[in-house]
Amino acid sequence: MAYDFKNSPTVDQVGIEERVARFNTRSIKKGSKVQVLKLALNMIDLTTLEGKDTEGKVKQMCYKAMHPHLALPNLPSTAAVCVYPTMVKVAKEALKGSKVKVASVSTAFPSGNSTMQIKLLDTKFALENGADEIDMVISRGEFLKGNYNFVFDEIATIKDLTHKYNARLKVIFETGEISTLDNVRRASDIAIYAGADFIKTSTGKIGVAATMPVTLVMLDAIKDYYFKTGIQVGMKPAGGISTAKGALQYLVMLHETLGNAWLDNKWFRFGASSLANDLILQLEKEAKGVYYSKDYISVD
Amino acid sequence: MAKKEPKKLEYFTDWKYAPSPEATDHIRLQKQYELFINGKFVKPNSGKYFDTINPATEEKISSIAEANDKDVDSAVNAARGAYDKTWSKMPAKERAKYIYRIARLIQERARELSVIETLDGGKSIRESRDIDVPLAANHFFYYAGWADKLEYAFPNRHPKSLGVAGQVIPWNFPLLMAAWKIAPALATGNTVVLKPAETTSLTALKLAEIIQESGLPDGVVNIITGHGPVGASMVNHKDINKIAFTGSTNVGKWIQKAVAGTDKRLTLELGGKAANIIFEDAPINQAVEGIINGIFFNQGHVCCAGSRLFVQESVAEEVIHKLKDRLETLIVGDPLDKNTDIGAINSKMQLNKINEYLKIGVNDGAEMYQSSCTIPKKGFFVRPTLFLNTSQSHRISQEEIFGPVLAIQTFRTIEEVIEKANNIPYGLSAGVWTDKGSRIFNLTSKLRAGVVWANTYNKFDPTSPFGGYKESGFGREGGLHGLMPYLKF
Repeated sequence: MAYDFKNSPTVDQVGIEERVARFNTRSIKKGSKVQVLKLALNMIDLTTLEGKDTEGKVKQMCYKAMHPHLALPNLPSTAAVCVYPTMVKVAKEALKGSKVKVASVSTAFPSGNSTMQIKLLDTKFALENGADEIDMVISRGEFLKGNYNFVFDEIATIKDLTHKYNARLKVIFETGEISTLDNVRRASDIAIYAGADFIKTSTGKIGVAATMPVTLVMLDAIKDYYFKTGIQVGMKPAGGISTAKGALQYLVMLHETLGNAWLDNKWFRFGASSLANDLILQLEKEAKGVYYSKDYISVD
Repeated sequence: MAKKEPKKLEYFTDWKYAPSPEATDHIRLQKQYELFINGKFVKPNSGKYFDTINPATEEKISSIAEANDKDVDSAVNAARGAYDKTWSKMPAKERAKYIYRIARLIQERARELSVIETLDGGKSIRESRDIDVPLAANHFFYYAGWADKLEYAFPNRHPKSLGVAGQVIPWNFPLLMAAWKIAPALATGNTVVLKPAETTSLTALKLAEIIQESGLPDGVVNIITGHGPVGASMVNHKDINKIAFTGSTNVGKWIQKAVAGTDKRLTLELGGKAANIIFEDAPINQAVEGIINGIFFNQGHVCCAGSRLFVQESVAEEVIHKLKDRLETLIVGDPLDKNTDIGAINSKMQLNKINEYLKIGVNDGAEMYQSSCTIPKKGFFVRPTLFLNTSQSHRISQEEIFGPVLAIQTFRTIEEVIEKANNIPYGLSAGVWTDKGSRIFNLTSKLRAGVVWANTYNKFDPTSPFGGYKESGFGREGGLHGLMPYLKF
């Protein structure tokens, strides 16, 4: 489909912020809260992306992903774990037999400053080790220079490889670096038209990570594309979402922007490491009527 | 090439929000309310009372005193006495302290006031809590600041107070309209007789309690309740120096006739039928939100509501599809529920009027589209409604409906839209949505409307003047301009 990315719709920041403020006045109580706290847990990409990651650390996190909190029965697992390519094999092994997917960052994460050749090798390595999902980063420098076709081609190339392995592709914009909401909208359009399965806000490696205004602009891009084509694209805010209250606000926004079809971890993920435990804390409170000490909840 | 129908989305099927009603156990309401005259609550001369009901349940909340000519007379006498003996002689700095105190007391009792506003008027608790009550307090704060600076506001013009102001306010923003009227009148050194609308007297009477508590000298503010004849009696009273009225254009016209030939000052803030104009380069998703906010804010009971939508033809299909989609996520129902977006219509009378216009729209040949929401069986509710394929000549495009009903027209060129936007007896407000700054300035100078919002809608601030052209009235309220109708120079 022909699409000139210079003509992406403009975004009014004040309007976006007002809309977000409206979502945040929604009051979610009782059964409708428990239902969605569980859903949020089931939408987490439990993440460890550190230079100091070890096999032991990844294995422990995988166990947590499958069994978030054994003391509370009937909790769902998280959606996936998210690791570096070198840890994919370990994670895949640890998660064998479960529904939890393995997502791998790639394309010279987090900066993306490398050659296409290396990015392809990086991605291929992860896929060959069994990654179900690839979280790639775009070249922000090229984007900011206005080389939108370069960014489009790089996404399309990684998508072709990823889809060859029947894996799904998430495209990270690092919205804190591309800065304006107009740019976020343009990057969303580029990635969606290039065939991304998911669009994702951030690497979690810089100060400004996911925010609700940025996520709303991306959800709007997904919605506009769905209205035109009937094709669903997923959304993953990542970094900075650490409380159950925050997650609920994101889900209200998701629900009232894209509706029921997106209330599923096939179409929405939270990239987060500490969110799971706050969700568990709140679910314990809803089940038992009192808050537990955080010492009752494991920290893997 | 056959065009594909745009896809639809579904909401609130898998995830329904549990009821989240605001508590009402903290409010204090009496079974019967009297008239507030000369600092005291006194029984009406008529001995008559009328019911005030909750429009969301049709249940009686309280009885309200019905004033008659004698009560009006004693309220005006009290105001005149207070003006002559205390208020006009008090140093402006001291006046300011009282106004400031009223603002603080409104803030302290914000929760109670917003619940009562919602119970009595039907508006959603989100709006009374986040908009009406905080803005009412802000008006008192703002005008408290002007009280001792009038000489600086109008240098070398020697501003003087007028005397007794008679103020008649509508039912759409009961407490806020009381604040809009009382705060500048007090700041400029006038005394007040105020009449709230008969369907929404309660928050004005709570304000009377606050005024008592603030220690404001007796008689400076008098609040009398009742139906139309009470307002008429105020307008015709010989000892009132100024009439300030907000309400319907018909009543406004009558008032203007009644004060003709007298030396009463007059300001009128009347109806509207605002054009909300969407250009093709607008941020469409935010514009859709602005259209929704423009027409469905306060159930459309807003004189400056963006009730006529003009969309440029190149984006009309997209905008209308998105509007229909957005209607589905508007929650209509119990005004006290914190998640309600659209509450109850203020009265049975207004409900009938809106339903009448829905019939007129359909009969005149416009295409009606309503949200698929279910509305409560009891109480006064209307589904949010769009009228597509409307013409400039349709009655629903010309007359003020004062409900959640939007008439949509398309346009091709800027000249065409300016002409159509101005082709109306009203001129209160307008909205312009475009990414182009120069176009905004071009339109603000050509639209005959007192307020023009750019890339937003229904924004209110005490520092900003508000008022109309043509049949939307004259005089400005709010800001520096809002002082002038209460001063002579």
